[in-house]
Amino acid sequence: MLGYSLRRLGFLLLTVLLTSVIIFSVTQWLPGDVCRIILGREAGEKALDACRQDLGLEAPLPVQYLRWLADFSGGDWGQSFSTRTDIFPLVMQRLLNSLRLAVLTLLISVPLAVGLGVLAGLNEGKLVDNLISIGSLSVVGLPEFVTGILLIQLFSFELRRWGLPSLPANSSIRPEAGFVESLPSLILPAITATLVLLAYIARLTRSGVLEEMKQSYVRTADLKGLPRHIVVVRHILPNALLPTITVIAISFGWLISGLVVIENVFNYPGLGRLLVFAIDRRDLPLMQAVALVTVVGFALANLVADLVYALLNPRIRYTEGN
Amino acid sequence: MINEKTAPALNIKDLCVAYQQEGEWWEAVHEVSLQIQPGEIYGLVGESGSGKTTLALAVLRYLGKNGMIRQGKIELSGVDLVQLQPAEMRKLWGHQMALIPQNPQSSLNPAMRVGDQIAEVYRHTQDMETGEARHKAVEMLREVNIPDPGRVTLSYPHQLSGGMQQRVLIAMALSSNPSLLILDEPTTNLDVTTQATILDLLRSLIEQRQTAALYITHNLAVVAQMCRRAGVLYAGRLVEEAFINELFARPLHPYTQGLLESMPRLGDHKDSVRLRAIEGRAPVFGDIPSGCVFRPRCPIANEICETNPPLSVLPEGRKVRCHRWEVSLNEAGRSHLPDGRSDRNTTEKHQLQPLLSLEGVSVHYPLKRSLREVVRREPKRAVRAVEGMDLKILSGQTLGLVGESGSGKSTLARATLGVVDKTAGTIELLGIQLPDKLSRRTLDTLRKVQSVFQNPEEALNPYLTVGEILQRPMMTLLGWSRQEAIGRVPDLLRAVRLPAMYAERLPTQLSGGEKQRVAIARASAAKPNLLICDEPVSALDVSVQASILNLLEDLQAEHGNSLLFISHDMAVVGFLADTIAVIYLGELVEIAETGDLFKSPYHPYTEALLSAIPGTKVESRRVAAPLVGEIPSPIEKPGGCPFHSRCPRLVGEICKRQPPPWQSQQGSSKRYLCHIPWEELQAQQGDIQGFEISRG
Amino acid sequence: MATHTGAAPSRGRRFVSQLRRLYAVPTAAFGTTVFVLFLALALLGPWIAPYGANQQDYQGARMAPSSLHWFGTDHLGRDVFSRVLLGAGEILWLSGGGTLLAVLCGTAIGLLSGYLGGWLDELIMRLFDSLLALPALLLALLMLGILGASAWSVLIVMVVVYTPIVARVVRSVVLSVKTRGFVEAARLQGESLGWILFREILPSVLPTLAVETAVRFSYGIFLVASLGFLGVGVQPPSPNWGLMVKEARQTISQTPWALYYPAGAISILVIGVNLMADGLKRIFQTRHD
Repeated sequence: MLGYSLRRLGFLLLTVLLTSVIIFSVTQWLPGDVCRIILGREAGEKALDACRQDLGLEAPLPVQYLRWLADFSGGDWGQSFSTRTDIFPLVMQRLLNSLRLAVLTLLISVPLAVGLGVLAGLNEGKLVDNLISIGSLSVVGLPEFVTGILLIQLFSFELRRWGLPSLPANSSIRPEAGFVESLPSLILPAITATLVLLAYIARLTRSGVLEEMKQSYVRTADLKGLPRHIVVVRHILPNALLPTITVIAISFGWLISGLVVIENVFNYPGLGRLLVFAIDRRDLPLMQAVALVTVVGFALANLVADLVYALLNPRIRYTEGN
Repeated sequence: MINEKTAPALNIKDLCVAYQQEGEWWEAVHEVSLQIQPGEIYGLVGESGSGKTTLALAVLRYLGKNGMIRQGKIELSGVDLVQLQPAEMRKLWGHQMALIPQNPQSSLNPAMRVGDQIAEVYRHTQDMETGEARHKAVEMLREVNIPDPGRVTLSYPHQLSGGMQQRVLIAMALSSNPSLLILDEPTTNLDVTTQATILDLLRSLIEQRQTAALYITHNLAVVAQMCRRAGVLYAGRLVEEAFINELFARPLHPYTQGLLESMPRLGDHKDSVRLRAIEGRAPVFGDIPSGCVFRPRCPIANEICETNPPLSVLPEGRKVRCHRWEVSLNEAGRSHLPDGRSDRNTTEKHQLQPLLSLEGVSVHYPLKRSLREVVRREPKRAVRAVEGMDLKILSGQTLGLVGESGSGKSTLARATLGVVDKTAGTIELLGIQLPDKLSRRTLDTLRKVQSVFQNPEEALNPYLTVGEILQRPMMTLLGWSRQEAIGRVPDLLRAVRLPAMYAERLPTQLSGGEKQRVAIARASAAKPNLLICDEPVSALDVSVQASILNLLEDLQAEHGNSLLFISHDMAVVGFLADTIAVIYLGELVEIAETGDLFKSPYHPYTEALLSAIPGTKVESRRVAAPLVGEIPSPIEKPGGCPFHSRCPRLVGEICKRQPPPWQSQQGSSKRYLCHIPWEELQAQQGDIQGFEISRG
Repeated sequence: MATHTGAAPSRGRRFVSQLRRLYAVPTAAFGTTVFVLFLALALLGPWIAPYGANQQDYQGARMAPSSLHWFGTDHLGRDVFSRVLLGAGEILWLSGGGTLLAVLCGTAIGLLSGYLGGWLDELIMRLFDSLLALPALLLALLMLGILGASAWSVLIVMVVVYTPIVARVVRSVVLSVKTRGFVEAARLQGESLGWILFREILPSVLPTLAVETAVRFSYGIFLVASLGFLGVGVQPPSPNWGLMVKEARQTISQTPWALYYPAGAISILVIGVNLMADGLKRIFQTRHD
């Protein structure tokens, strides 16, 4: 198990490293001279040269990459071109916001989705199953920006129009706001994200349950004379829910930065919006920082999933060597 | 002991079971009646699709949504199960009836400790405390002869071998002492030596507990060894029922006769015996013939068989469903060939040229080292699948390769074919050394060595027609044009006894046996010098196996090609091979011409293999210990003799320390690898008993 | 087991009969119909659209749906119905073209890398793993940040984002097919690499590939619309549905129709394609049982 964990960790580092190379080289192709972007059109040749010297742009690319990576690992993420402020605190603030939204979304969606998926799987072909299946297929088809706008219309404008307590349409929150204070702003974005995840996780859970119910060991458990609920809880579910863990982890990674659209709809200050902002301004260091933070978050989520999966799966936990 | 007068434990009457397939209901079991007494093991014999598993699941009332009992009664101790509600059935499961299934690996929950899986029976159905239930679980494991049961209860299924898993399932099934035990091919996926120990265990447990048992299998030899009475199921109908001795001595139904005569028995050889194959294919759903279901394949059918045959009840508890059983009784018997049928045997062996010779061939699969091993600088480990193999195949001869799973026999074949790289040694074809990599072999070399694989389902590309499949080797290996190749296809089909119109068909439209014929036709299309057959019949039904074996033999007689024939089945190898090599853990332990192999002395492993065949025993002048354990991992191979960890005739420390020498004697072609010298081993062993069960 | 005794139907006809089975599942039949309908509208769009995509009618801005403007007009007086109709063509060719290119690249890479194995396979898969370590939308945004926003950039982005996914799916099927007897038999017969890849292996990949293509396509529509909505994909005044939603959002209280119709169109199309993909999945899964 220790060997397995270390191997997964090594694998994670390798992936992050490779991705960082991709991010670095991709951002090198950015058209235009970085210094010209920073200093503007009127900058003289001398100022430009000084700037290039300053940023180390004269060095060969591999050296630049290593320098960048070293700075980055050391917490020196440089300054944003557009805001002229340190990137590190900015990204961390946004990361925190993203994490809040991600955690709340998972808290709502996972129990709900797993519950629905199990319910549908255990009642295959019956009315409940068909309703859940068609419902989830339809919800999956709704783009986040459509559901988000609809939810705002419904829970913000319509409720307010009728003089009822409503939720804020704009979810921009004060940077120093605590979790409780920001909660009302989080609810609508979280529901929108839930709708996206719900169907996805529920469908995978359902097929996991169906897959396991076909296995011979379920027949063995039935024919031992165990009550049906014991068969479901002790035999089917532990095996059926294993793959769901991986899915939840991937979802978590997606929630950290894949929420670009939702954050935009609700004006929520998460990492995704920061990225769109950076792209809009061609803010190279900021783009790199957000991308790398996302990759690390994504990879960490996968690592945790792998480890939890291994911990719950004796076939991995108790296989020596492998 | 078993009293026919008492009420039967299980009484099935006129049972019809139907399955739904693509919206239509098909009858899988039709009007089956049988009784089983307490303490009796009743054998139900049938091939795939005969409905035997459906019958078992119907008795358990576990048919699933698309299965239905159409009519009939299933009385267990007088209670008709057909009338019970699902909830009532759940109370009977485990307590009154239990199942021992076919695939032990998938029948155990992979995520639960073995002990818990047994203990939960006590906890949830008998309201036992956790501690007490655990204690009972250990006790049950001890009862099924599991060594160190306390430790095994803490294991997960994947940590146990197939034999151990099956023992766990047996313990589980017997945990609440059911009055009916259903065994659905419980040893089919196990090795022969493991099968033998499991069968012994089952027999003694059932006898002890006076349980009624329904033993379902395709294997007649197992039925002969285990059961008191048996029924033969064909296309969902019980076509014959009798006491075992009667059934094997005087089979009445033409199908039963066919089954008994289609498989070679130990000691049969192609030079003296012609196998009698059952022609045609078993009916499938929606294609059940009217009248007698066996009519299209029956050698003695006539007009009367177009009507439904009645079930004739004969004296001595025999039943047969056939119009013409009296005729069939007289026609029974296999065709014996006159001596010296084959010209091949007139040539002296030493005049034959070696076609293929392997010298010191080893195949190791290197293992990735774990982090710990790298840190501790432990040596690289490898799966040593084949080790130092020396073998020769003579022109026009058949070399049989016997061994259990994991013995390395397939790896050896694959190394010869060039799909696996060997680690050491040389492989020569007609005196020319073969390169390892397939891509570096010339087309002519490829043409000379062709192969037939084990699984006919995967042997043919499902998206090409049979004709297209057969054209290719002629185009690539012989360089023929498409037109020339197409012209030869009918001949190839004829050679494997398939009609020419099959060229238009897709593989999905063929039965398993037909697929294997096409695979053989493809392999022989470019007239190879050597045909490598890796378990070519093990995935096929018994009645089909014979026709494939006959076919391989005929093709060889016609083309004079050599055959490397690999099988775990001693009787099948013995039938086809001129020389037999026995391998264990990747090493050759014994080799002899077929006639000599079945004469003592035998390598202790060969002896174990022979004794493990149901219905045979090697006479033991000095009683050997039973074979223990299972094949060790080829990663940590024992030193000294590879077989020492399981050997029933272990001499002592020498076996663990020193690699054994080859033993041989003038006048015999046999060589074996053992510390026990020829005379001494011969004095301990005798002839094989049951060598010719019920022949003639 | 099949019991047909006749000759094999031609390959083309077999494929058609597979597709016909789509109509046996009600949800899949619905989805396929929706897709075909949108495809037809997209093809006919330029001929049947009553107005041009950017034809402005200053007198008629912000008009509610009427017989003149079926879906009303937007804040600039453009006919929403015409824009939705013409937008169908735009979104289908972008997402369809991107999906097809990605499927072609992914299939080629997956086949080769899976069949040949070895260090090349290892390298390609590591590279793809790293690409997939970024959420698809994020990768798309990064690339658009570099390529600049345009329809062609969106196409390239789709190929880069989806090729690794398709390649991985194809490769996993190849890995299971290449150990089967018939592939080994082909190698022993000295068949060429091309024959083995395209005649022996590819047909077995096709069912999975069909499902994957449909799934990718539905995500593709999503991606094109989302990028439009974020304003980093196709640029105004293109009648991109996502872009239309973004623009109409500013004036939602006055011209809600300008938002609801394109939003509805995306939703129905994606749901339709999803149902179709689900149907394909069911057909090919039951085939393998």
